[in-house]
Amino acid sequence: MRRRLFFLLPLALFAAIALYLGFGLTRDASVLPSALIDKPVPAFSLPGLAPDAPGLDDAALHGGVTLVNIFASWCVPCRVEHPQLMALAREGVPVYGIAWKDKAEDTRAFLAELGNPFRAVGSDGSGRVGIDWGVYGVPETYVIDREGRIRYRHVGPLLPQHVEERIRPLLKELGG
Amino acid sequence: MTRILSVLALLLWVSAAGAVQPDEMLADPAAEARARAVSRDIRCLVCQNQSIDDSDAELARDLRLLVRERIRAGDSDTAIRDFLVARYGEFVLLKPRMSSRTWLLWFGPLLLLAAGAAGLAVYFRRRPAAPATEPTLDAGERDRLARLAGEDRP
Repeated sequence: MRRRLFFLLPLALFAAIALYLGFGLTRDASVLPSALIDKPVPAFSLPGLAPDAPGLDDAALHGGVTLVNIFASWCVPCRVEHPQLMALAREGVPVYGIAWKDKAEDTRAFLAELGNPFRAVGSDGSGRVGIDWGVYGVPETYVIDREGRIRYRHVGPLLPQHVEERIRPLLKELGG
Repeated sequence: MTRILSVLALLLWVSAAGAVQPDEMLADPAAEARARAVSRDIRCLVCQNQSIDDSDAELARDLRLLVRERIRAGDSDTAIRDFLVARYGEFVLLKPRMSSRTWLLWFGPLLLLAAGAAGLAVYFRRRPAAPATEPTLDAGERDRLARLAGEDRP
């Protein structure tokens, strides 16, 4: 009897690996987990979209639960997710924006056309601050906790189901 | 004949030009060569199967410029890789580094092979050995053998 069990071991090992890899096939490999989860927001200071506009720095992201949305006027999925950001802002969720590799006047036009959900927008024309955040495309949305730590990154447009299933529960859990 | 061959050779010769633009290149050729070498090990996260040296994506260009900046600032190759891994994770390196988290990735297949070989070894050892002595025949069988052997003689 023990002999038979021993022969089943390679089969069991194969089944375990096959299940693990099969599950892996259902996941989107192009979506990368953030390397900064649970780490503090990188120190940064970005100018605003106009000479008299305040801009954005990491200090604004401490002291409360916030969302940071990385976007650009040339990014089509950013248009798709914009209503979700407007809705969250209307509910009182602090949403901040970083305009990534975009010209300030184009960003201004984008926000004028679609509405501005952001408490403040930083203009990252060179994308260098984006590199510090580990941004590899737009849009990306980060959930920041009270201590200024990155708790979650959403890659791609924020669709309503993402907001309901991932963002809202996390905001609630963090006390936002 | 040799002319045809040399023309063919020229046509088939593929140079590793990469995606590096002239305005990105460093003035010092040794530093530029180092930048190219480091870049070849950095994954372009947009087209994830290319290095930043090969990729035409804008993020690849940004990262190429970043690598050259850090070389000019005096960072070692390891420091540059650490800088990028801190921001993008281990996946940004095309060749995963050896660490407690990647040893299974590196040695997993070898371990499986060794386990399979061990299993085979155990299987072959456990098989019943061939009998050491020939089976003995009783009297009736010996007679029969003698008769059969005798019948064979001409």
